[in-house]
Amino acid sequence: MIRVELPAHLRTLARVDGVVELDVEGPATLRAVLDALDARYPVLRGTIRDHVTLQRRPFLRFFACQEDFSHEPPDTPLPDAVITGTKPLLVVGAMAGG
Amino acid sequence: MSGVRVLVGTRKGAFVLTSDGKREQWEVSGPHFAGWEIYHVKGSPADPNRLYASQSSGWFGQLIQRSSDAGKTWEPVGNQFVYDGVPGTHQWYDGTPHPWEFARVWHLEPSLTDPDTVYAGVQDAALFRSTDAGQSWHELPGLRGHGSGPHWQPGAGGLCLHTIVLDPTDPKRMFVAISAAGAFRTDDSGGTWRPINRGLKSQGIPDPNAEVGHCVHRIAMHPSRPGVLFMQKHWDVMRSDDAGDTWHEVSGNLPTDFGFAIDVHAHEPETIYVVPIKSDSEHFPPDGRLRVYRSRAGGGEWEALTNGLPQRDCYVNVLRDAMAVDTLDSCGIYFGTTGGQVYGSPDAGDSWRPIVRDLPPVLSVEVQTLR
Repeated sequence: MIRVELPAHLRTLARVDGVVELDVEGPATLRAVLDALDARYPVLRGTIRDHVTLQRRPFLRFFACQEDFSHEPPDTPLPDAVITGTKPLLVVGAMAGG
Repeated sequence: MSGVRVLVGTRKGAFVLTSDGKREQWEVSGPHFAGWEIYHVKGSPADPNRLYASQSSGWFGQLIQRSSDAGKTWEPVGNQFVYDGVPGTHQWYDGTPHPWEFARVWHLEPSLTDPDTVYAGVQDAALFRSTDAGQSWHELPGLRGHGSGPHWQPGAGGLCLHTIVLDPTDPKRMFVAISAAGAFRTDDSGGTWRPINRGLKSQGIPDPNAEVGHCVHRIAMHPSRPGVLFMQKHWDVMRSDDAGDTWHEVSGNLPTDFGFAIDVHAHEPETIYVVPIKSDSEHFPPDGRLRVYRSRAGGGEWEALTNGLPQRDCYVNVLRDAMAVDTLDSCGIYFGTTGGQVYGSPDAGDSWRPIVRDLPPVLSVEVQTLR
């Protein structure tokens, strides 16, 4: 079970409270987790990654275990602590507003 | 029992203002989609319970929301806007080629007859259509594929298709406007388009009379006379009596002919409204006085409407989609400001009252007349 922590606006959109728990088939890469997230919550498609290119939206970052995975190739395996559900994958919106 | 529903899009959510036919007491619901930019909310003329909203954010991109119960509940529908074929390029601000990139939906225009058909004007400028109530969107590529497309340049707000006007007497005809390309018309349901900018003059572009390149801010039409169009251009208020084939200026005695919004009285096709704004660098009313100007002659001669509007120290703007009219017997006029006020007039502009004073900056105002 992989846990994903979403920004508040996306939790509202997906109508979830707290951390999302996902079963991911195969290697638990960033791409696989985000694909599973889109499959479970279709309303999130296009809000984290571009619909067509699947590029990360510019003002979002992916953090886990105090590391920034935003610029890693999408097929990079996630840390064991994320794969085992001990630590969440964080989807974080850039701070803005002054 | 008649009434009105005012649909307000703001920088931080949508609001729905409702009143009975007297338009004295108002109920305010919202914010819907709190924290998101709502560029536009509009109801279907064919089913007043069907609403569409454009919801966007710099972080999370574009969403389209649909309501089938007059805004009580909403559901997100399709948000995939993919340009047809190879997108190609338009001109960037510096004149270099720039790939077409989808940014947001500026304007949603529901069909006049089918609640499940709706058009979307987007940035970078293109026109999309959904025939399944917003679930899926397909570009009408003939517009962007017009030979002038590679020469279109963005206005200060981006290369946006912000105005869609449907001809109620000819389902194959529609008009769109793009900043800063100009106005275009189709007579074959969006298959092919041609620029309709003859008579527009724009200083600051290499050829002031060019076929495209004009910063059209808004077009308005009275449904009983679809061949007569009124336009608020970047500078100049314009009129066409031949469905856009030619235009002539009707700015007349306006204190400034810069502005964004323009609309037509519901029952008097020659009565039109604008909100003059000082200039393109000073986006506020001249002299700090918020004045709507009304012409009862289809332009040329204008009178200032000030009763109930602030006449000192007012430095708000009124954006292009932020004015609308109802169709009650005594025509109501509404507009929203970047200061968060929505003003209403139940008597065609003779007197005004703020319906709400402290919303986030208002991006759009639409009105549904309920009977």
